Amino acid sequence: MSIAITTQFICFTVLSLVVIIGALGVVLLESIVYSAFLLGGVFMSVAGLYLLLNASFVAAAQVLVYVGAVNVLIIFAIMLVNKKEDLKPISDIKSRRVISTSICLTLLSLLIRVDLTNVWSLSSPQNSIGEESTIRIGEHLFSDYLLPFEVASVLLLMAMIGAIVLARRDVMSKDISTGLPVDQELIEKSSEPLLTNKN
Amino acid sequence: MEYGLDLEYSFNEFLQGFGLSSEIAHIIWLPLPMLLVLVAAVVGVLVTVWLERKISAAAQQRIGPEYAGALGVLQPIADGLKLLVKEDIIPAKADGILFTAGPILVLVPVILSWLIVPFGQNLLISNVGIGIFLWIALSSIQPIGLLMSGYASNNKYSLLGGLRAAAQSISYEIPLALSVLAIVLMTNSLSTIDIVNQQSGAGILSWNIWRQPVGFIVFWICALAECERLPFDLPEAEEELVAGYQTEYAGMKFALFYLGSYINLILSALLVSILYLGGWGFPIPVELIAKFLNLPINAPFIQVFTASIGIVMTVLKAYLLVFIAILLRWTTPRVRIDQLLDLGWKFLLPISLANLLITAGLKLAFPQFFGG
Repeated sequence: MSIAITTQFICFTVLSLVVIIGALGVVLLESIVYSAFLLGGVFMSVAGLYLLLNASFVAAAQVLVYVGAVNVLIIFAIMLVNKKEDLKPISDIKSRRVISTSICLTLLSLLIRVDLTNVWSLSSPQNSIGEESTIRIGEHLFSDYLLPFEVASVLLLMAMIGAIVLARRDVMSKDISTGLPVDQELIEKSSEPLLTNKN
Repeated sequence: MEYGLDLEYSFNEFLQGFGLSSEIAHIIWLPLPMLLVLVAAVVGVLVTVWLERKISAAAQQRIGPEYAGALGVLQPIADGLKLLVKEDIIPAKADGILFTAGPILVLVPVILSWLIVPFGQNLLISNVGIGIFLWIALSSIQPIGLLMSGYASNNKYSLLGGLRAAAQSISYEIPLALSVLAIVLMTNSLSTIDIVNQQSGAGILSWNIWRQPVGFIVFWICALAECERLPFDLPEAEEELVAGYQTEYAGMKFALFYLGSYINLILSALLVSILYLGGWGFPIPVELIAKFLNLPINAPFIQVFTASIGIVMTVLKAYLLVFIAILLRWTTPRVRIDQLLDLGWKFLLPISLANLLITAGLKLAFPQFFGG
């Protein structure tokens, strides 16, 4: 094995391990803050995998969108509403677990089927475009993928308007969830410590 | 346009002369530019810290550091040594892992971004195709480190500082990226090398600052905000938040924040000089000088001359901008948080959008001046 291939193999192994262990940690860890930060690590490692595949533009976009925007917003939200409260025990926890497990297993089998049936290897090494990919992605976004691209932006716009409506209560006279008239005064909150003390 | 020294090629040739394979030569070569840039960044920080002390002293009619070396030039080294040997304290109720990881996450992306800073035609670590986009992507990681250290300190001032820092850097990233996009539109490339080469036609007259005056101002304001320097240093506003997210930090962990913010300042200044002030370009084109001296452009003397002039010009322009940043810091008052967000969202964002639109229109109307 040449040095380049060995390096690539080591990088791939490390990145895959980080993705798998990190993703397990996101799901299994008790502390939601750790989960959020681990999610950032998983996104970063996925970007590293893209980099190994010579897709540097996709890797940078992954970092910018998923780490720099999505993950930061998740952490932001967690820190703004960081209340330690005891969750109520859910009565039908067993059946819920069965349902979610079956859904996850179905998805997994679907993915495995995709993995096995698809032909992944490129027909010739010339097909890999490397640094050219930025230009090619741009061309596709403005020609045959124009409609999906624009529809995605409409989706983001809808989400943003929804968030503004939820956050700014004074734009509506009635509370959307309860139907009661909304108190237009500033909401005076009882002062609580920002971080609950760890014992 | 392919002129200038190619040190990597010569180094590989040199090592292969000893009978090493080109792969081994490449591996020996790889760490050298990285180390060089790291050392350059740290020395740059020391110089900037000294400048900051001296200029702030001059602005306040003091003398500033005087006894450590001539004119106090050794003062930053004394500062660094002090931080190095100080006790490393983790507060009892802080979260140890996140508390340690925070400063690292703040510093590493900033240092990684030096990958794309060119000091000459071939004088950069790697001419990656995504170039300037890499810097934008990497700088978006920083807020996570700030939030992490703000949260882990278990201190309300730290948390508020971290939240402010994240909000600030998210809001100023957008106009920053949009003004970079206008430059990329004119260059037809994301690579920093191409961006500088596109400005090298007619010396000082072809610099992007004449074609992108609005973009230059927007980029500079946003860069200052991203560096959290006064007038935008709300995350660590001393009078309100003690020291923001750095409140609980001491010793080397604090030094990482300190180093990170100064390296980021120098990096921003370098990028402004690359994007708008012609990078390594001399105000008079080197071709003209070569013609005046009656030497071919490929002569060894001219090549060494071009490379050294390139490094000197890049550093000179960057430090001119650092000087302006320091002067701004010690002469302007801090903005309020609502003013900061208003400036970002209601002023800079529309202006940079309009700038992008006008650049695109001008590019179609006058392709010879605005890149075609």
